[in-house]
Order: sequence, then C-alpha cells, then structure tokens
Amino acid sequence: MSPLPTLYRGAEGMWMWVVHRTTGVAIFFFLLVHILDTALVRVSPEAYNDVIGHYKTPLYTFIEAGLVAAITLHALNGLRVIAVDRWTWALRHQKMLVWGVWIGFAIVMAGFLPRHLMHAFGGA
Amino acid sequence: MTGAPELKAPKKAVSHSTLGRAQRWSWIFQRVSGVLLIGLIAVHLTVNLVMGDGINQIDFAFVAGKLANPFWQWFDFTMLVLAMIHGANGMRMIINDYAQTPWIAATLHWALRISTVVIVILGTLVLFTFDPCPAGSDPSLLPSFCEDI
Ligand code: HEM
Repeated sequence: MSPLPTLYRGAEGMWMWVVHRTTGVAIFFFLLVHILDTALVRVSPEAYNDVIGHYKTPLYTFIEAGLVAAITLHALNGLRVIAVDRWTWALRHQKMLVWGVWIGFAIVMAGFLPRHLMHAFGGA
Repeated sequence: MTGAPELKAPKKAVSHSTLGRAQRWSWIFQRVSGVLLIGLIAVHLTVNLVMGDGINQIDFAFVAGKLANPFWQWFDFTMLVLAMIHGANGMRMIINDYAQTPWIAATLHWALRISTVVIVILGTLVLFTFDPCPAGSDPSLLPSFCEDI
C-alpha cells in the first residue's frame, strides 16, 4: 500500500522550517522589549539599573540561555537556507546540512552555557 | 482519514527572477542583512554576556561607558536598523501566510509598520541623545570618567 499523499514532503527540512519561524517570532518580540528596556538609560540611572536587575535573577538566566539558543538556531539554519538556494551541492545534501545545523548548535551552546551559568550562579 | 489534497504543478514557473521587483528586493535583503546580523549579534552577545563579568556587569555605568564611544553608537545603530527591518519583513511574510481575513491582515500590517517605525526612532534617539553623566545623579551609579567633568 502506498502512503497517503501529503503536503509535507520535507521531513527534516520541514521541522527546521517550524524551528525557523518560531525562533524568528520569539527573537522579534524580544527585540521590541529589549529596545524599550535599553531606552530606560534616558530616564535615569536608577530606572535602568532597577529593570536590568531583573535580568540577573535565576529565572532570567534560563530565559537568556533560551534566547541565545534561539538566535544560534535561527542564524545557522538561515545560513543553510541560503546555501540550499545558492548551490546545487547544498540542495543535494540538504538533509546532511540539517544535521550540520544541530551539531553547530551543540558546539555553540557547549561553549556558552557553562560560562553563562558560572556568571549567574558561580560568582565567577 | 483522507489524505491531503493532491499538489498541482503551478501554471507558470515561479523563480526569484519572476517574483517582481519588491519581493525580489525583500528576498535579497533578508539574505544580506541576515549574514551581517550574525556578525553584529555575535559581537554584541560576546561583549555583553560572555566577556568580563557577563550578565552581572550590565548596569547604567557599563552602557554609558560603551555609548560614550562613537564606534558603539554606530555599531548599535546598524544592528538596530538591520534587525528591526529583517524582523519586520519576516513578520510581514508570516501575516501574509496566516491572516486570511482582509481587514485582520490590514490591521496587523499597519500595527507592524507603526511599531517598527516607533521602535527604530526611539532606539536611534536613545543612541544619539544619550548623556553618560546626567546632572544631579548619584555619582556611584555613573561611569568613573564623569568625575573629571
Ligand atoms: C541576553 C542577551 C542580551 C543582552 C544581555 C543585551 C544587552 C544589551 C545592552 C547592555 C545594550 C545597551 C547598549 C550596548 O551595550 O551596546 C543593548 C542594546 C541593544 N541590543 Fe542587546 N542584548 C542582548 C541580546 C540582543 C539581541 C539578541 C539583539 C538583536 C536581535 C540585540 C539588539 C540590541 C540593539 C539593537 C541595541 C541598541 C538599542 C538602542 O538603539 O537603544 N540585543 N543590549
């Protein structure tokens, strides 16, 4: 029996498309809030320090890690999309490139996370 | 369970050269700005979050120390403009994909345009009208170079 026809023919590529959209939307809304919080430097030093103080709490430590994760995935997958559009070699190996994105992501997070957690919790 | 509808081949071939001027520029812009933003944001996150004391170092004195330098003013300005247009352009495509009702789509497009313009103007004013040593502030909150003024 042949499988049902489906609109989703991309497998790995389709999941990366979902990841790219969700991380893109999340980063956009972060950026709106981020420019507003930076604008507090025009209000007063106290106002800025007060609000930025919240970024140094344990809850925000994880939100920041999530943000860096989202940025890294969006960036690496964006490069994959450009490559697949540009070179037939990349198009033929696009599934392999999806794994490349996840490996690159793992490397960046392995470098970033210990350092960030040490800043946040280790007093380093 | 019924399957998804058969995919029909498009009547006319669609390629990036047949998209039309505006869409073609939007396509090119997303790629060029995307690559530039990777470099800009990597530096931004390294300087603010990885180097020195990481997240703990960020306070008014830290930002004042950076924004007193024209290099960081223009660096942040480039990042602000590219990131906002890149993000707004992405959001525009998402609205086109999901908002089926015309008046809802129109409202969302206008909300997006207005918030993008307001945020870019606000961010630019902050970067270029910033005063690192505001008069009458608690000196312990200001960067050390304010003492010499
Ligand atoms: C948790 C991660 C982040 C931290 C701690 C952080 C911190 C800061 C700080 C301290 C400033 C003040 C000026 C300066 O340092 O240059 C700033 C400004 C800025 N940041 Fe970030 N940032 C983060 C992530 C991001 C990301 C992911 C983006 C882009 C998508 C971004 C875009 C900007 C822009 C455009 C400005 C200038 C705002 C303005 O025009 O007033 N930041 N950030």
